[in-house]
Amino acid sequence: MRVNCKINGVDRTADDVWEGESLLYLLRERLGLPGSKNACEQGECGSCTVYLDGTPVCACLVAAGQAAGREVVTVEGLGSEDELDPVQEAFLRSGAVQCGFCTPGLIVSVHDLLERNPAPSDPEIREALAGNLCRCTGYEKIMDAVRLASASREEK
Amino acid sequence: MEFLSPSTWAEALAAKADRPDATPIAGGTDVMVELNFRKRRPSTLLDLTRISGLDSWSERDGRIRIGAGLSYTRIMEELGGRLPGLAAAARTIGSPQIRNRGTLGGNLGSASPAGDGHPPLLACGAEVELASVRGVRTVPAAEFFTGPKRSVLAEDELIAAVHVAPAEGPQQFSKIGTRNAMVIAVSSFALALHPSRQAVGTGVGSAGPTPLRAPEAEEFAASELPWESRSALDPEVARRFGELVAAAASPIDDVRGGAAYRRHALSVMARRTLTWAWSDLCG
Repeated sequence: MRVNCKINGVDRTADDVWEGESLLYLLRERLGLPGSKNACEQGECGSCTVYLDGTPVCACLVAAGQAAGREVVTVEGLGSEDELDPVQEAFLRSGAVQCGFCTPGLIVSVHDLLERNPAPSDPEIREALAGNLCRCTGYEKIMDAVRLASASREEK
Repeated sequence: MEFLSPSTWAEALAAKADRPDATPIAGGTDVMVELNFRKRRPSTLLDLTRISGLDSWSERDGRIRIGAGLSYTRIMEELGGRLPGLAAAARTIGSPQIRNRGTLGGNLGSASPAGDGHPPLLACGAEVELASVRGVRTVPAAEFFTGPKRSVLAEDELIAAVHVAPAEGPQQFSKIGTRNAMVIAVSSFALALHPSRQAVGTGVGSAGPTPLRAPEAEEFAASELPWESRSALDPEVARRFGELVAAAASPIDDVRGGAAYRRHALSVMARRTLTWAWSDLCG
């Protein structure tokens, strides 16, 4: 089947989409957007977190056809190579990126958290990131990055 | 495989009547896992996310009607005051991403004995609204489940909504798992106090072939609680209540926990939630 949707502000079309495939497969394998990572394929790890009509979801649990006509924002849509999103900048400056696999999903989740709650407490950060697994950092640097991103937003 | 995406409820019911083997999909948190892991290859996916109104709730004549497509996030944010037990259960489900997609209708459709949404519905005496081209029927939540992942839902029916009265007393939900997020319950327990009729509702999750009530425990607490004096809860009543809840369960040993542990956890959760709820009621 054909799926049309808006991704990172651009109208995209994919053909020959299998009816049972996920939005994650559509993004990575058909539309050349490998930023969202494919790990658990069961919503456990959060590596494929994207915005669907403004709401963070696991792209692996959205059927491609369910995204038709909807607006998707992936990690690729949050910053550019010339200008990183403040959340991406904070992850780099805090050393919150090790192997990098979980990072795109975390960037989207943190971006959403700070949109809703610009100055979250530590328990609020942990609760908001409960669906994003990182096996390298032990999360402390990620906590630092969220605090830094929150502070730099406030400065602006 | 076919992908059907009806925009009205009538179209959805017609599609389900036409293709009884179609698999309904809403938030996808169960169905997509089965597809991704090649455990299921349905002939047809029936997408319910474009039906207007299925993701809304309303209140009329002292009953709340929760559309089957309402997400757990919205249950938490919009129904926490009216249905604190269900909202508390919703907060324990998955992660923010899962709660943004997962729906109460999907929980019922999967009919897992471990579904976190089920115990509060049992404790509150909720009813499930089922619809088909043949008509609409409502089934008490306690009669909806027939076995592990099985329910009374006929093959041409879709789950339309849940009907439940807003809380008129304290409600609690408690769940045991290996961490606070992203866990399937080892066991769970929901409690609702109904002070106006001096009744107690219970719901037990993940400790039997279906979610279940603990009728003897309900009757015991209803008769022993000092409804008139609103005096402090006798710890012996709370302990016995826990014992009766544990006795009502029929848990098994499985990968998530042992039967004996589940029974013990239930007795503790029941004792604690009754203590908390009674203290909420009597301030």
